[in-house]
Amino acid sequence: MYFYLPIAEMSVNIFLILGMGGGVGFLSGLFGVGGGFLMTPLLIFIGVPAPVAVATEANQIVASSVSGVLAHWRRGNVDFKMGAVLLLGGVVGSSAGVWIFKVLQTMGQIDLVIKLCYVVFLGIIGSMMLIESIRSMMRARQVGAKRGKLHQHNWLHGLPFKMRFRRSKLYISAVMPFTIGLLVGILAALMGVGGGFIMVPAMIYLLGMPTSVVVGTSLFQIIFVTANVTFLQAVNTQTVDVVLAILLLIGAVIGAQIGTRFGGRLKGEQLRGLLALMVVGVCVKLAYDLIATPVDLFSIGAALAH
Amino acid sequence: MKRSSHFIAAIIIAALGFLPVKPVMSQSLVADLSEHHVAITTGFTGAELLLFGAIEGDGDIVVTITGPDETVTVRKKDRVGGIWINTDEIAFERVPSFYAIAATRPLEDVAPEDVRESQQIGAEYIGFTPAKVYRGLRPEQISEFRQALLRLKQSQNLFSAKVGKITVVSERLFRTRVWFPANMRPGLYTASVYLIHDGNQVSAQTTPLRVEKVGVGAEVYDFAHGQSALYGIAAILIAAASGWLAAVAFRKM
Repeated sequence: MYFYLPIAEMSVNIFLILGMGGGVGFLSGLFGVGGGFLMTPLLIFIGVPAPVAVATEANQIVASSVSGVLAHWRRGNVDFKMGAVLLLGGVVGSSAGVWIFKVLQTMGQIDLVIKLCYVVFLGIIGSMMLIESIRSMMRARQVGAKRGKLHQHNWLHGLPFKMRFRRSKLYISAVMPFTIGLLVGILAALMGVGGGFIMVPAMIYLLGMPTSVVVGTSLFQIIFVTANVTFLQAVNTQTVDVVLAILLLIGAVIGAQIGTRFGGRLKGEQLRGLLALMVVGVCVKLAYDLIATPVDLFSIGAALAH
Repeated sequence: MKRSSHFIAAIIIAALGFLPVKPVMSQSLVADLSEHHVAITTGFTGAELLLFGAIEGDGDIVVTITGPDETVTVRKKDRVGGIWINTDEIAFERVPSFYAIAATRPLEDVAPEDVRESQQIGAEYIGFTPAKVYRGLRPEQISEFRQALLRLKQSQNLFSAKVGKITVVSERLFRTRVWFPANMRPGLYTASVYLIHDGNQVSAQTTPLRVEKVGVGAEVYDFAHGQSALYGIAAILIAAASGWLAAVAFRKM
């Protein structure tokens, strides 16, 4: 059964889209990640124009983050104050990201930059996770691992605008979370992701936030960052395809529920290891595409109607 | 069949020389499309139209169908520091978004090159030009980009890769089927029919075809382009509401 997407201006098999939403939803439920980093490349792969894929995925992530944050909110695992500072940076960053996106698009380099961002960031995060999960699997066999301090103090704690974040049990400069929010916001706009996979490690390792509030707080700020991207892309480029977003959403919601249930049966280290393998896999695939000689050296882009 | 009865009726009228004003009738050639309107609906997967008509006298028939013009940027990749990057680009103006051609015989037998060139018969003679002067690019490079554009449009099924067949019945009536793919651009299309005798164009006729989005898809598109800020807010609200709904629905399970 085919369905004509009004903004992407293409006819797609409805079951393919539902299946993609379900598959990525399953993985995101299983691993507790947003899944944008899988969905956006997949959409581009099936022929959705890159700008439509990025903007529409941002719209879909609004939904999955709202759905995800509610559970964390109920358990009190959202640091709203920290979230507000992060999202302030995120809104500024993602606005800049949408603007950079448009400039790169007219230069004909957007596809390259999207792929490079994916290769670099998925490569770094994926290999770090892989190493970490291998280590923890090995450590699990030894008994009585050492417990370190809550967090280390360094020059970052000397920055001005210190604020107290009660829920995170932190007294740090607001400059740090703002900057992290800003940088992740730029990437989120460029890559069509929520940015959780960068935000979460940054919150743990750079800010020293307790793991319990990290995911909830990250989801909370992703809602607003992706909402901002959706709005700006809708106004500037008219590339948000609501119909595509809804189709993806239906699959993703169901997939995520199944994935969550499945995830309960696996061990934490195993899950992280598998996720790391998947992240590295996507990275290697995209890196290969950049290096391998393309089938056609030519491409036609962004046709402008008269 | 509704379509074929239309066809027969039109042929009879055409033969009597009575065809209503719309497709301007010329002396020895008359042609029309089975429909003058293609609606891109939610379930649209492409459309096939019938172009038919009648001729008087000898000659070959050539049919071209062109879509609304657009500007297309062609880019070429080059290896820079180990990865493939778009380096050169040329923007072409007045590129038809769609081009299909059909003829009774191979084009080179129908008309000499100069006639084909002046009437833009055959994909290689479509008259699009670079949007500006590209210094530093040799003519053969520009022609390479041109060829790439034709090839890529063909791979998207927007330019016909080969010349379609025209069926002629008793040297009077002719018909050809034209396939429009789902990725066709909305706008005003033109079907041109030429009667060519001994390499000279004897008669020509054009008939319009309007392609437009209709239904929910069209409304979404108009909303997105007409009131983009409101559309953006609506998109966010829909997403937030469905995310909340999903969380509530699956909470108990």
